[in-house]
Amino acid sequence: MRAKAMLLPFLLWLALFILVPLGLVVYYGVTVEEPIPYEEIMRADGSVHYRLADGTLRESEPYETRTRFSLANVSRFFDPMYVKLMGRSFYVAFCTTLICLLLGYPVALILTGKGFRHRNLLLLLIILPMWMNFLLRTYAWLSLLENSGLVNHLLEAMGFAKQQFLYHENAVVLGMVYNFLPFMVLPLYTVMEKIDHSQLEAAADLGANPFQRFLRILLPFSLPGVLEGITMVFVPAVTTFVISQLMGGGKVPLIGDIIQQQFGKANDWHFGATMSLLVMVVVLAFMYALNRADTENAGKGEVRIW
Amino acid sequence: MTKFLRRTYMGLILFFLYVPVLLLVVFSFNASKSRGVWGGFTLQWYVDLFKDRAILAALRNTLVIGLLAAAISTLVGAVGAIGLYQLRRGWRQGLMGLVNLPMLNSEIVTGVSLMLLYTAMNLELGFLTLVLSHVAFCIPYVVLSVLPKLRQLDPHLPEAAQDLGATPTQAFFKVILPDIMPGIFSGFLLALTMSIDDFVISFFTTGMGVQNLSITVYTMAKRGISPKINALSTIIFVVVLGLLAAVNLPDLRRKNAKASRPPV
Amino acid sequence: MKKVLLTLLALYLALCPLALAAAEEQVTLNVYNWGDYIDPDTLAVFEERTGIRINYELYETNEDMYTKLKKSKTSYDVIFPSDYMVERMIHEEMLLPLDYTAMPYTQNIDPRFLNASYDPTHAYSVPYTWGTMGILYNTTMVDEAPADWDALWDARYDKSILMLNSPRDTIGIALKRLGHSLNSINPTELEEAKQSLIAQSALVLAYVVDEGKDKMVSGEAALALVWSGDAQYCIERNPELAYVVPPEGSNLFFDAICVPTSSKHPAEAMRFIDFLCEADIAAQNYEYVGYAIPNSAAVELMGDAYAASAVSNPPDETLSRCEVFTNLGDDTRIYDRIWTEIITSIY
Repeated sequence: MRAKAMLLPFLLWLALFILVPLGLVVYYGVTVEEPIPYEEIMRADGSVHYRLADGTLRESEPYETRTRFSLANVSRFFDPMYVKLMGRSFYVAFCTTLICLLLGYPVALILTGKGFRHRNLLLLLIILPMWMNFLLRTYAWLSLLENSGLVNHLLEAMGFAKQQFLYHENAVVLGMVYNFLPFMVLPLYTVMEKIDHSQLEAAADLGANPFQRFLRILLPFSLPGVLEGITMVFVPAVTTFVISQLMGGGKVPLIGDIIQQQFGKANDWHFGATMSLLVMVVVLAFMYALNRADTENAGKGEVRIW
Repeated sequence: MTKFLRRTYMGLILFFLYVPVLLLVVFSFNASKSRGVWGGFTLQWYVDLFKDRAILAALRNTLVIGLLAAAISTLVGAVGAIGLYQLRRGWRQGLMGLVNLPMLNSEIVTGVSLMLLYTAMNLELGFLTLVLSHVAFCIPYVVLSVLPKLRQLDPHLPEAAQDLGATPTQAFFKVILPDIMPGIFSGFLLALTMSIDDFVISFFTTGMGVQNLSITVYTMAKRGISPKINALSTIIFVVVLGLLAAVNLPDLRRKNAKASRPPV
Repeated sequence: MKKVLLTLLALYLALCPLALAAAEEQVTLNVYNWGDYIDPDTLAVFEERTGIRINYELYETNEDMYTKLKKSKTSYDVIFPSDYMVERMIHEEMLLPLDYTAMPYTQNIDPRFLNASYDPTHAYSVPYTWGTMGILYNTTMVDEAPADWDALWDARYDKSILMLNSPRDTIGIALKRLGHSLNSINPTELEEAKQSLIAQSALVLAYVVDEGKDKMVSGEAALALVWSGDAQYCIERNPELAYVVPPEGSNLFFDAICVPTSSKHPAEAMRFIDFLCEADIAAQNYEYVGYAIPNSAAVELMGDAYAASAVSNPPDETLSRCEVFTNLGDDTRIYDRIWTEIITSIY
């Protein structure tokens, strides 16, 4: 068993399915597709034919395209329209992550709390919806919240006015929080499970109030879980395109929707690749900053705990 | 009081998570096709479900692709992790950075980049590209499940085995492999789960009518979801719930018995 | 947890032979079509009669279909592009010439439909359906029947209007409302259309394609920009709905059946096209799809059932003011750009 031989299929995979595809994204990102150059020539009888660069004559207008190196798509992205779009995608993802954290932290806290019964059962119940297709569950929210949906039926039956819940940024955030909440709870749970409760008790004995105990012990200890939860929610939230389509009714386009459009309807793979590339750079920079914060804080956290 | 608060909070969270699920279950028995109206109880959708070729094919594709992708990625990933483990630290860290890349990257970028790869290779989008893509995004999960087990391994054990006359191959199969088996196993299951759940990457890398369940649901959801799909999700839900209950209830009962004992 | 997963695994392994048994050797036709554009029962009839298996995949817009065929390696055998897309695909040599001698039932096609400008000799396309774009409205939710396209810009129907999430259709209608051609590439006219759509976006409930049908049937919105066949489909499911083609004129479209050059089974593909032209099959598909059909034998077979549909038979006067989309080639990019500007301007 030579290490090199064992690494071979793995390295092959690394090259073919990670490096080459990323290289292709870069290649598409910095090139553009444009019609091949040709000349229109009017004949004596008024009919038109076309001459290509290599001198060939054509009866019909040439449709072929050629690919050329150009950063045009990069500068195109810095159009205020796309910058605003990117800003909104990050804003929506940020709100989603924050709400997931605020909702999920207490869940993990309660689940790992001392003497909480049915801990495993509850954890399973939180993960269970993930086994059902996320599109189906999002669609169920539509049935609940649409203008002619169940909640509005109930409101009307109780004598209230109908509300429009969907087709708005808030609805998109709701859809994402719903789908990504378990991804926040799981890493939090995994980390908090290891918390030594005797420390908390000791702190309480020494006169620390609940707030101090949270700030000094719980928070530093759970920080790696918090950061992993943020990663697991934030990354998919920035680039989702289905939830925004369904919950936002096409009115809340996010960067993912526009990227998908370039590879479909708009038939502009090069611009789509440029956008993917830029999103990737921003997300990776964000992750890097987060990890830096993690390593710096982890050190401090340990000092405080021990 | 705090106990009451805790319970209420957990109750509310579970309510939030389960309202849509319960709604799907209820609608699967609704005789009316329209979602707003209750048209009486029916099992018709369950009967129709087993006659719907498209849904059954999608279910089959999901299962076959999931299993193939999990098996291949486990093989490549586990062997790769062992290889990585034997490398020098610097190399290992550099390669690990690359392995982590697809996990930190958005699915849409992974999907798009794989689609560009297949186009460049002039590969027809369909079953094969779908399996390849799933293998590609599952491998990091396997590597990351196996590596920690290798780190826990006592590095002197295989050496000791060889000192005692075992060939390197024997040392591997008798000493290393049994110890990292749990990691390989959980990597396999993680890969399977990721594959079944995937939509975005499949969306970009499939074609020629090859659909998995997520893609079928996506196209159907756009045109008003059929109650047949509700019936299918009810079945999936009940099966998973049943399995979990059957396996975990005895465990739970034991634990609860322990927990409810008065504190000493 | 481990035990659960083991059980699941066992379940999987048990299911696999079942799955593999189903994959046998057979000619498979890859049909790439719009959603709800064929009665699935007719597919079963075709398979039973010929032993050819049909593999069915859906697309949402002409452009989605075009991109997939143009950019990725595929081998679809039968596609259903609209007029301007047929023109574009012929121009780019993406379609196979058809062999009419192998398709005797194409004689059922009304000759009036066989001299379209997008494919003058119909060497590449057999007409499948035709229709108009118009306003579908819920009679219980509007004050009066929409008189013109302005109804979709009427502030009384704030957050009760559905528009199409399809650049050419929605921008085309905005152009038509302003008295321009829906094939305009004039920058001033397009700017005017863009501004009017941005102003309208505050009133729009959602931009939809296929999902709009379900929303109209359930009474989610009062007015929607729809294609006639979708209107027919919705009216059958909710009698409170009605359809009108505004007098300013609209888009008249023809969807055709074609065989792309990448097809691996062109002979079987043409056999399938021929099958779709049979009178009873065409009639059955009309019942399901709801778009008007160019098949005279099928129209005759249906008699009053067809003649009575106001959606399928718009008055000649309205039709005379409708325009067919033409292939804009590279200028389609301008429409995409404008479309992105409109939808990103909302918040």
